[in-house]
Amino acid sequence: MKYKEKLIENFFKFCASITIFTTIGIIAVLLFESISFFRDVSIFEFLTDTQWTPLFSEKHFGILALVSGTFLTAAIAIAVALPIGLTIAIYLNMYAPKSFRKTLKPFLEILAAIPTVVYGFFALTIVTPFLQTIYPDLETFNSLSAGIVMGIMIIPFISSLSEDALYAVPKSLKLAAFGMGSTRFQTAFKVMVPAASSGIIVSVILAISRAIGETMIVAIAAGQQPQLTLNPTVPVQTITSFIVQVSSGDAPQGSVEYKTIFAAGLTLFLFTFTLNSVSFWIKKKYQEKYE
Amino acid sequence: MAKETAITMIKIKEKKIDSKKVEDGASKDGAKIAIKDVKVWYDDFMAIKGIDMTIKPNTVTAFIGPSGCGKSTFLRLFNRMNDYVEGFKMEGKIKLNGTNIYKDKINVEELRKEVGMVFQKPNPFPKSIFENVAYGLKIQGIKDKKILNERVEKALRQADLWTEVKDDLKKSALALSGGQQQRLCIARTLAVEPSILLMDEPTSALDPISTAKIEDLIFELKEKYTIVIVTHNMQQASRISDYTAFFYIGELIEFDKTKTIFTNPEKQQTENYITGRFG
Repeated sequence: MKYKEKLIENFFKFCASITIFTTIGIIAVLLFESISFFRDVSIFEFLTDTQWTPLFSEKHFGILALVSGTFLTAAIAIAVALPIGLTIAIYLNMYAPKSFRKTLKPFLEILAAIPTVVYGFFALTIVTPFLQTIYPDLETFNSLSAGIVMGIMIIPFISSLSEDALYAVPKSLKLAAFGMGSTRFQTAFKVMVPAASSGIIVSVILAISRAIGETMIVAIAAGQQPQLTLNPTVPVQTITSFIVQVSSGDAPQGSVEYKTIFAAGLTLFLFTFTLNSVSFWIKKKYQEKYE
Repeated sequence: MAKETAITMIKIKEKKIDSKKVEDGASKDGAKIAIKDVKVWYDDFMAIKGIDMTIKPNTVTAFIGPSGCGKSTFLRLFNRMNDYVEGFKMEGKIKLNGTNIYKDKINVEELRKEVGMVFQKPNPFPKSIFENVAYGLKIQGIKDKKILNERVEKALRQADLWTEVKDDLKKSALALSGGQQQRLCIARTLAVEPSILLMDEPTSALDPISTAKIEDLIFELKEKYTIVIVTHNMQQASRISDYTAFFYIGELIEFDKTKTIFTNPEKQQTENYITGRFG
């Protein structure tokens, strides 16, 4: 019996350690291949060159061209998702009757359950043509429609986490605000949102992190043209869609082209890791504000 | 909307002036509350079973009774805080200086500026001391720094907190002690100059010294305000109130001068409760 207990315990330990070893393994591979990449390409060029053309005969390795595409689409996504997500959170918390709140929340979470590839062709085949009727110069592949659709995809992140943050604000504060003669609107924006600000910021950071790492939507709808631009109407390439392009292409293993995806992957990992760490730190620091 | 707000407010203020004449001459700021045949339901549960009562201006009225007797529900009728409770239904009339506060046209936000409330647990906003007291003024659109400073100081003095906090008004309100926080909440309520002050067991979460301070405060405040206080503490009711109402399962059993209630109650039930035989 004791032996059996020990066996089960070890099995659990093994399962838990799989995740740790996988993480370590991935980071190790990223680092190892990236170091090898940086033997061929200087870090200085990587960080300052404005062109990214590893697949052309005249090679340039300026990651900025991919970073700009990544942040442009993510910024558009947040510009869509933050106001809508926060409005939904406030509506659910301050205005919606309890019964409606119970129905709406699962519906929102369905948005997060739609496969991103579906969002991708939704952006390409519906949103882009629609936007072209308003602005005819919009190119077929562009960061605007990819960003907007990505924004719709991350709405539930922001609304759900922000609503949790608002819900965690002690009810006594809401009553105090009402008791002082605040309207619902004043209560929401002068008391509830400031009191829940750390949680709301965390939700936004996680949403940004999600948008930066998102692959299918941008690979399908934003194009494959790395360029350092803030123009949302032209094709761009994000870090993720570049990795897709190379991975699905025929770059020979061990070549510089092949190694670029690890350098790009490491860059992406650094961004998302930093964002997640910041959100974790904020959560930790401001969590016990009330007790 | 803003216009309507102003009109409603003026209406209440006018009535206040009228009531000054009607009442027995002396200068008074507190309002009169007249309750007529009030019944309250939460869904099918009848929480208040038909109560009539008149609360005189510039008095302290204590609501006592065992838990669940409806005294807090009854108190929260006066500033319509029950409106947020799902399943809440009410019948009857509650008039503040003659204005029925459950009329459709009443502006609930303006009503709550007239009828301030202090809660059981201190609930300052996670803002600075100054911002807490200035909150009510700011949501009324008062931006003038000088006026804000004056009114904040006045309110903090009224709440007997000024000397303790005057040097760190920028400090977070959450850094204050429980008793200080509760006095801050009182200051926050007084800053908007209501005419009625509702207190829902304001000292139940406080230590005896803080409690004594707030009781002294209540005694001073009744010169300017009509105060209604819910308390579980019999001694407190007898120390600070002029009138006491005893509630039992949604009914008003007895309402009289505090002295009468505590020395010579009419009903046996009241006597049993205040002497600690049940509750």
